[in-house]
Amino acid sequence: MTSLPPFQTVLDEHSAAVMAILQGAVGRDGADDCFQETFLAALRAYPKLGDAGNLRGWLLTIAHRKAIDHHRARGRNPVPVAEVAEVAVEDGIAEPDERLWAAVGALPPKQRAAVALRYGSDLPHNEIGAALGCSPEAARRNLHEGLKRLRKELA
Amino acid sequence: MKTETAIDRFKTQAAEEGLLDVAYTTADSPFGPLLLAQTKRGLVRVGLPNQDQDELLVDLAARVSPRVLEAPAQLDEVRRELDLYFAGKLDRFDLPLDWQLSGGFRQRVLRAINRIPYGQTRSYTEMARKAGNERAVRAAGTACGSNPIPLVVPCHRVLRTGGALGGYGGGLPMKQGLLELEGVLDESPAS
Repeated sequence: MTSLPPFQTVLDEHSAAVMAILQGAVGRDGADDCFQETFLAALRAYPKLGDAGNLRGWLLTIAHRKAIDHHRARGRNPVPVAEVAEVAVEDGIAEPDERLWAAVGALPPKQRAAVALRYGSDLPHNEIGAALGCSPEAARRNLHEGLKRLRKELA
Repeated sequence: MKTETAIDRFKTQAAEEGLLDVAYTTADSPFGPLLLAQTKRGLVRVGLPNQDQDELLVDLAARVSPRVLEAPAQLDEVRRELDLYFAGKLDRFDLPLDWQLSGGFRQRVLRAINRIPYGQTRSYTEMARKAGNERAVRAAGTACGSNPIPLVVPCHRVLRTGGALGGYGGGLPMKQGLLELEGVLDESPAS
């Protein structure tokens, strides 16, 4: 068992990765609120965390949960508009819709993060690997598996 | 939204929720950078310039709480009083203290030291007696040496019987400098 470092160290080492993943998962506007909620939840639970072995994985798991909560809340509270525009959406340039996000949110954590970082934050495989604490090959594999599952879900 | 802005917002929120178990900052002093750390009860640790700040923070995480965050605004009053002290404009700190890092005899010695007035000195023997055990002079010396809140709890005002400087966690030149600042010792040109 590794003893817990000062929380400031956790913040210094992992806040950029958490922000990148959240921006990928919920977009820039939602990322800030999710970031607050992620680190507040982490700070509340921190003293009871038994083992400091995989702090990055622990934080990213919390971040994913907050991102899913964010999408659920948005799904329940549709933005009211005066008039619903009827616009035909071309295949391939569609806005990311709720169904897609729900499917992304349902992926296993590493696949979800890999998809969010690749297509949300436009990160290359080696940086996705760095953010997830795995090799570029493992990042590529997670991305591949995630996309395969999404295609199946949304087909 | 930049990550630094988000971090600042997070820390403000954490403080409001009472989650800042240990807030710390660094401060300049004429002797070099100091580390200042406080809990909700008060000032708990002052790190002197010759001490490794990262090690002090790891120690605080282990002994007080791992919820340790850099939060300079929380320590504005501590910094203000220390600045005045170093400028020779403050002869008594008015800061709440958290004594939890020292227990038993050591804490009694440190509380006795905390009552030594500005510009005066006492001997290790007197401190041992005030703490309830006149013969525990060596233990009183150890208590001074392990003072977690130096400067504010003025262990630099404790000397050997006869007036020799004794020891100091921040190094003897710093002890000498503090006693000169308080007018106890004449400023002696380096020989």
